[in-house]
Amino acid sequence: MSGRIVARRVFMALALPIIIVVLWWVGTLNDTNPFVPKPVNVVSDLVTVWAGPLLVEQVVPSLYRLGVGLGGAIIVGVLLGVLVGLSRVARKLTGPLFEFVRAVPPPVLLPVLLLVIGIDDRSKIFLIFLGCLWPVLLNTIDGVRSVDQVLGDTTRTYGLRGWSRLRYFVLPASMPRIMTGIRLALPIAIILMVVSELYAALDGLGYQIMLFKQTFQTGPMWAGIFIIGFIGILLAFIFRVIERRVLAWYYGQREVESSER
Amino acid sequence: MSADVQGGVTGAEAPVLLSVQGIQKIYATTGGGGVEAVRDLTFDLRKGEFACLVGPSGSGKTTLLKVISGLMAPTKGKVVLDGTVVDGPPRNMALVFQEYGRSLYPWMRVAENVELPLKVAGVAKDERKARVAEALEAVGLSHVPKSYPWQLSGGMQQRVAIARAVAYQPEVLLMDEPFAAVDAQTRADLEDLVRSVWAKLGLTVLFVTHDIDESVYLGERVIVLSSSPTVILDDLHIDLPAERDQLETRSDPRFVELRHHVYEQIQKAKTYTGDTNTIRTVA
Repeated sequence: MSGRIVARRVFMALALPIIIVVLWWVGTLNDTNPFVPKPVNVVSDLVTVWAGPLLVEQVVPSLYRLGVGLGGAIIVGVLLGVLVGLSRVARKLTGPLFEFVRAVPPPVLLPVLLLVIGIDDRSKIFLIFLGCLWPVLLNTIDGVRSVDQVLGDTTRTYGLRGWSRLRYFVLPASMPRIMTGIRLALPIAIILMVVSELYAALDGLGYQIMLFKQTFQTGPMWAGIFIIGFIGILLAFIFRVIERRVLAWYYGQREVESSER
Repeated sequence: MSADVQGGVTGAEAPVLLSVQGIQKIYATTGGGGVEAVRDLTFDLRKGEFACLVGPSGSGKTTLLKVISGLMAPTKGKVVLDGTVVDGPPRNMALVFQEYGRSLYPWMRVAENVELPLKVAGVAKDERKARVAEALEAVGLSHVPKSYPWQLSGGMQQRVAIARAVAYQPEVLLMDEPFAAVDAQTRADLEDLVRSVWAKLGLTVLFVTHDIDESVYLGERVIVLSSSPTVILDDLHIDLPAERDQLETRSDPRFVELRHHVYEQIQKAKTYTGDTNTIRTVA
């Protein structure tokens, strides 16, 4: 990629945020309300308050819980999804149950989890896990169910059974849907990460933001909210890099197909 | 069958390898009845034979091939391969599908696609590599082992599928209208390729097609099927020289004669009604 194209892309990505920040800056220039944040204050709070030990103390625990909860949801969701997706009986048995559990908004479960599991990391991790499980699980089931019939016949005629069928056919064939499930789980993970830290928490980004709010430190509070946004961007970026690698064949094939039409 | 095209039996000395015995296939339908795709089919393939099954479209050819390959159980009758009743895809059989775009793994490179069945079958790595290279060489694709299937043209993808079948070293090679979706020039090349692979490796080939010219050009034997529910209308020996050539063979008076004969049979097949109406919905 040439330098000019890169520069152009960066400009396109940043143009709108810059405009918004400028509008924000102009709009709050003469504002004296202490609860209305000003961009300059937010940036200075980001640097003076957050950058340093606070970032490590509060963001690392949050990211740890997010990582374990999301990672667990991906592993369990894919394993369970493959098992359920492969068996018609299992699909029929679990269908209504999954619909029911999925309809319950995960944050509602937090009080219950706090009572049952306790106020330590585990209840928070479990909440993130539970919220992220459904998109991964349901998409994996759909992915496994919708593998190509002809390819399935090919797999059978060449004697691929059991683990090799799974490893070389079912899993790669459902990978596009599995990745879709993970993509849907990312924002849920971030939301639940913060929500789980709003009550009965001792550390974490959500906890720290609440603390700033309760002590009327509006600037640092807003800076914390921005950090959540940056985490979202970072996660999406990491996901895209992994997805481009894992699904290179899928996007390549789609590109060829669309250019033939 | 008219006398002048009735041929002798191909390789009468060779033992029967594949025996299709009284196959009937009725698909269950939601209405509780069924659709009879294949009525009653019986034929034997001798070792080393190249037979074409030709029939009008919708003549249950694909159904028949799925039953023979063990992908689908027949309603009645059985398939015996090398003395064993087929009740699942047998190890010594390979199948090439019409839908080349959907029969290769798009997440694997060409060589990996060819290699996978061998890997799963537990063939040692060195031998695997040698067989993959040999098979790709045989189909003229030695230069693209690292490409992905979707980066290749349709004809090349079908060559990969053939290479995979060849590397698997089956005794019987089943082909389900493999060239129906490629352009005419590619098709001619692939026809000659299949003939040369057959001649070189001594495979037994059962080639399903709706194309009359193709069946006569390729086969040592042509089995003509009726429209669904399928029965055999004719079974004739193709007494053309073993060395086939797209130009020479196709203008050979004998080719024209045989082609004419099969064409007539197919026309009959189209209008063949039998007692179709009473059978279409079998309770």
